[in-house]
Amino acid sequence: MTETLTDPRVVRAIELAWREAALLDAKEYETWQGLYAEDARYVIPIERDAEDFDDVLNMVNDDARMRGLRVRRMTEGYAIAAVDSAITVRTVSRFIPTDVDDRSVTLKAAQIIVAYKRGRHDLWAADVDYVVRLGASAGEDRFARKVVRLVNADEAVPAAGFLL
Amino acid sequence: MTEFTAATVYDLPPADLVLGDRVAGRMYTDPAIFDQEMTKIFERAWIWVAHESELPKAGSFKSTHVGRHPVIVTKDRKGEIRTLVNRCRHRGASLCEKKTGHANGFTCPYHAWSYGLDGKLRGIPYPDGYEGVMDKADLGLKTLRTESYGGMIFATLNAEAEPLADFLGDVKLWIDRFMAQGGGYPVKVLGTHRFTYRGNWKIQLENTTDGYHFPIVHRSWMASVDAETAEMMSFMTDPTAVTHDLGNGHSVMQMVPEHSDLDADDGSEPLQPRFDGLVARLEAAGADEAEIRRLVRAVHGTGFNLNLFPNVSMSISFFRVLRPISVDETVIEHVALGSDGPAEIVGPVNRERLRAHEHFQGPFGFGTPDDSEGWDRVQRGAQGAPELPIMVNRGLGREKPSAEGWPTSHVTDETGMRAAYAQWKRMMSDD
Ligand code: FES
Ligand SMILES: [Fe+2]
Repeated sequence: MTETLTDPRVVRAIELAWREAALLDAKEYETWQGLYAEDARYVIPIERDAEDFDDVLNMVNDDARMRGLRVRRMTEGYAIAAVDSAITVRTVSRFIPTDVDDRSVTLKAAQIIVAYKRGRHDLWAADVDYVVRLGASAGEDRFARKVVRLVNADEAVPAAGFLL
Repeated sequence: MTEFTAATVYDLPPADLVLGDRVAGRMYTDPAIFDQEMTKIFERAWIWVAHESELPKAGSFKSTHVGRHPVIVTKDRKGEIRTLVNRCRHRGASLCEKKTGHANGFTCPYHAWSYGLDGKLRGIPYPDGYEGVMDKADLGLKTLRTESYGGMIFATLNAEAEPLADFLGDVKLWIDRFMAQGGGYPVKVLGTHRFTYRGNWKIQLENTTDGYHFPIVHRSWMASVDAETAEMMSFMTDPTAVTHDLGNGHSVMQMVPEHSDLDADDGSEPLQPRFDGLVARLEAAGADEAEIRRLVRAVHGTGFNLNLFPNVSMSISFFRVLRPISVDETVIEHVALGSDGPAEIVGPVNRERLRAHEHFQGPFGFGTPDDSEGWDRVQRGAQGAPELPIMVNRGLGREKPSAEGWPTSHVTDETGMRAAYAQWKRMMSDD
């Protein structure tokens, strides 16, 4: 089976990834959270090739509860890193659909984020794996999984007040 | 005692920048002071390099730094741990660019000189060009003195340094207590978070003994944990929560005094209901009640931060390691710890510990980015008005010796910082 980028199911998954990118750059975390299925995982591993995250240390390994707490932290106004967080501009591209059926789309992509704060630009480069669960309409599509594999995952990265 | 003023602060020798209750902001901003610190502190003191669980068998290695020097910590065939400068004796190439791993020795990728795990030069390709020119025996890797206590491995470039055990002194008791969080098993490194901040290393050194910032900076973390955990960390007004100056720049900050010695358990403290799932899994794995209690109480770690001068803090349930990069850049490692034992027992316990660690620590934790923002701001603010001191005087009026003779004050006081800066002053004025 060869998956194509023009497959309408793949287009929907890509659109969801782009919608997410725009929401994160706009720091619309409440709305962002709604793009995730209840049982979804959002992970930033330290080992770039990790597949099983529970028995290893990760930067982020969020289920619905932790996503909710994280959004609260980012929006409640008490986290000094979030209140004064960097301005981000991100590009998500180089999509490769790896598994497509009528219920879900598995997609690989590249993500580049430029984060600007206090006269300095930081670069965050990553491979991202998405699993998108297709709903009855595009508005009901949800992430079942997102794994952000930073190129420098096992090196020192700046402490961040925003999400990847 | 010389006071610093705007007119004199840039001319005074570094040791004069530390007064008992305050220090000069120039200590964070002057590159010349940074260079002296690398020579007089990081190349003379005992520097923490690894935990023994990171070197599980012969051939295990870890690459890290001692001050400006890249080093490889190895376990040789006989089980001896060594610290080797990561620099080929031929023309200086780095031998190992992996963080951790397992090797029989190290072969330089440039011209293939090869070295044993003990640092000895073993082989040179096409050796005839060296006949009568040099002796292989003189060209082993530079080796640092390496000693350990309680699984904590330290190295020093200083051949004359006092024995590690003497440098640690009263810290040893607290290292023993810290390791009780293995819950009856040895403590093991589970993983390492690494992040940078744009500030001087001493800002983080202060922070590991700064109880005062906790409810302010970590309000967002406190709001995200269960009520019992938040209650446990509400030490601000607890008079039994104290900081001791342990000598040689070391200090211990007891936030949860009832968890100072995890082995001392009278059974009266109930286990938190949020661990019910963990308790059930341990029961299913065949652990008895006493063991379960020991392991679950230890999930929080110990109730104190043990701050060792100059580069490691044993902080509640993890190690906090600092590495100065330049006067205004520092790398921090948060090393998550767990128990080393049978998988069915330690598996669920360590999973719990990993999730708690991820919740607070690391570049995307609920705590660390807020600390880091504070440290960045200290560095930025300290550029202003150099005659104004950085204050470390909190609690000076209520500091008293403890029964053991340790200068002691409340956990929110700056006794630990004063201890560290006194050691800094001693080392920086030593020629
Ligand atoms: S630099 Fe290492 S063999 Fe030449
Ligand atoms: Fe903190």
